[in-house]
Amino acid sequence: MKKFVWFVLTLALVLSACGAPAVEAPAAEAPVATEAPAEAPAATEAPMAEPFRVAVVMPSGITDKAFGQSMYDALTRIKDQMGEENFEFVYSENMFVVDDAAAAIRDYATQGFDLIIAHGSQYGSSLQEIAPDFPETSFAWGTTVDTFGQPNIFAYEALSQEGGYVNGVLAATLTKSKVIGVVGPIETGDAKLYIDGFKAGVIATNPDAQVNVNYIGSFSDIPLASEAATTHIAAGADVLSGSAQMVVGAIGKAEEAGALWFGTQSNQASLAPTIVVASQVYHWEVMLAEMIGLIQGGTLGGQSFSADLANGGQVIEFNDGYALPAEAQALADETIKGIVDGTITITLP
Amino acid sequence: MISDLFTVTVFVGILASGIRLSTPYLFAAIGEAFGQKSGVLNLGVEGQMLLGAFAAFYVALTTGNLWLGLLTAMLVGALMGLAMAYVTVNLQAEQGISGIGFYLFGLGMSDLLFQKLMGTVETVKGFPKIHIPGLSDIPYIGEIFFSQNILVYFAYLLVPIAWFVLNKTTLGLKIRAVGENPDAADSLGVSVARVRYFTIILGGTLSGIAGASLSIALLNVFQQNMTSGLGFIAVALVYFGAWRPIGILGGALLFSFINSLQLWMQVLSIPVPSDIAVMMPYVVTILVLVATVSKVRAPSALSKPFERGD
Repeated sequence: MKKFVWFVLTLALVLSACGAPAVEAPAAEAPVATEAPAEAPAATEAPMAEPFRVAVVMPSGITDKAFGQSMYDALTRIKDQMGEENFEFVYSENMFVVDDAAAAIRDYATQGFDLIIAHGSQYGSSLQEIAPDFPETSFAWGTTVDTFGQPNIFAYEALSQEGGYVNGVLAATLTKSKVIGVVGPIETGDAKLYIDGFKAGVIATNPDAQVNVNYIGSFSDIPLASEAATTHIAAGADVLSGSAQMVVGAIGKAEEAGALWFGTQSNQASLAPTIVVASQVYHWEVMLAEMIGLIQGGTLGGQSFSADLANGGQVIEFNDGYALPAEAQALADETIKGIVDGTITITLP
Repeated sequence: MISDLFTVTVFVGILASGIRLSTPYLFAAIGEAFGQKSGVLNLGVEGQMLLGAFAAFYVALTTGNLWLGLLTAMLVGALMGLAMAYVTVNLQAEQGISGIGFYLFGLGMSDLLFQKLMGTVETVKGFPKIHIPGLSDIPYIGEIFFSQNILVYFAYLLVPIAWFVLNKTTLGLKIRAVGENPDAADSLGVSVARVRYFTIILGGTLSGIAGASLSIALLNVFQQNMTSGLGFIAVALVYFGAWRPIGILGGALLFSFINSLQLWMQVLSIPVPSDIAVMMPYVVTILVLVATVSKVRAPSALSKPFERGD
């Protein structure tokens, strides 16, 4: 039947456009069993003959200027540190369907990757099922602290309230209207931590300032995020912030209105070079380097890691294009120092 | 607090952002209405919008010419429409399924092109807000109606034009005839295929503009899957508006106003959980739909392929 053939063809075309995990190093698949496959546990010996292979599965894209990109950038930095010949990674992005992600995780495990990262808290239950089937493979997932008590699962999270607090302190210092607007996705996870920390920072610095928070109920609705920013500006906000990948719409509105912007997850300065003051950036490579060290030493999991300002897993990156007054910069540095040495404690609601 | 809602700032804010938010719905839904009036259900609107949004953005970014970007979006939308027309008219494929296929194609293809050609989220200077001397300076009214970008005006102009074409022209009569009784239309010498090709390509073109209205007018960025379901809401609005441009306008405005109302409610710290607030536009739209059950029925030949019987 002609109709059916066309349906199948259409479907095939679509699948070919959506599927196929992108491969970073095209020449990856060349195990070339030189010696007896060293099945690494307790292989503490000298340089590994084979590169360390990592696969990552993530819900959004590697170029989202937010959560997904933070992991991609971290892996790229690890690659630079360890060298091309010692480290390679592949990724599957836009895996917003958890079932698909689970299938990808299992595929990677079957292919014998050293570390498989499930970069999204929604992948937890899938990982809990998959990990026991591959006791020789190490898995990591975030953001969470839960390793399910599995010896081959690492957990990682970001204490985003710390960077949020620093951004909040700065926002409270820079606002003239004393109204600050925040655009959030869904009231959960690191977005909620960031926003709660941000509010705490504002209130600690300037109790008169008002923080309006708007959760738009989506990680992807850019038009609504943009309209939320416009609403904040109409309500008098002159400083804005927001978490998750849909804020790219909000940043544009802030720029149009000449309001300042504080970013999180990735460095967002390039989106609006004149108004982005600072971004809290996740440097997962700090955690990843520790995990890789442990895996090479034979420990495949069971530990959880937190990215924070103290260990460098979170860094406040200031935008050179924005002339931050010296006293504000000093206050920011002092705040970061205070959080690191514990003199500032952040109370979350 | 609740009383904070009843201020001029909030009122003006809700109306102005409601009008902005409704723009992409208007383009997409009116385009879809033409298709459905002629008996073709196109569920690929979202995909056409995504490809249109990408095309407009990419061309505007590389050439700096927004009009060229808009034109490319129209062309891309029209090509998607052409393909859809071939599949539904010539091959007589099941319209719902092939529409979903085109949606997924647009989703995947726009993402792929974005990755290959850009690789990272960038911004462009989009169509600016137009300042109309006199009109834009009227207090409140000016801010609500006369400080929008040009595509917003196009969208609102489209409503009376679409009404006129559908109800007052021979072309409109042909479109309606083909959607109600293609056999009769055919026997009177109207080419069912040609009319449907026209409406589907027109729908695709308008969906392309809808995408462009996001990527180079309203938001000025492109990101994967940036329409996030907007195209499907547009299809729903066609039903909501009972296939009439004015009804579609009403639905688009209702949905958008409630959406901007809930944004304001959160900003004003009205104690409603955010999860409830974001549901409001959908819930209210469904309630209104139920309360005002329209007597107008769908075009009789909607989603039925036409086969010439002789």
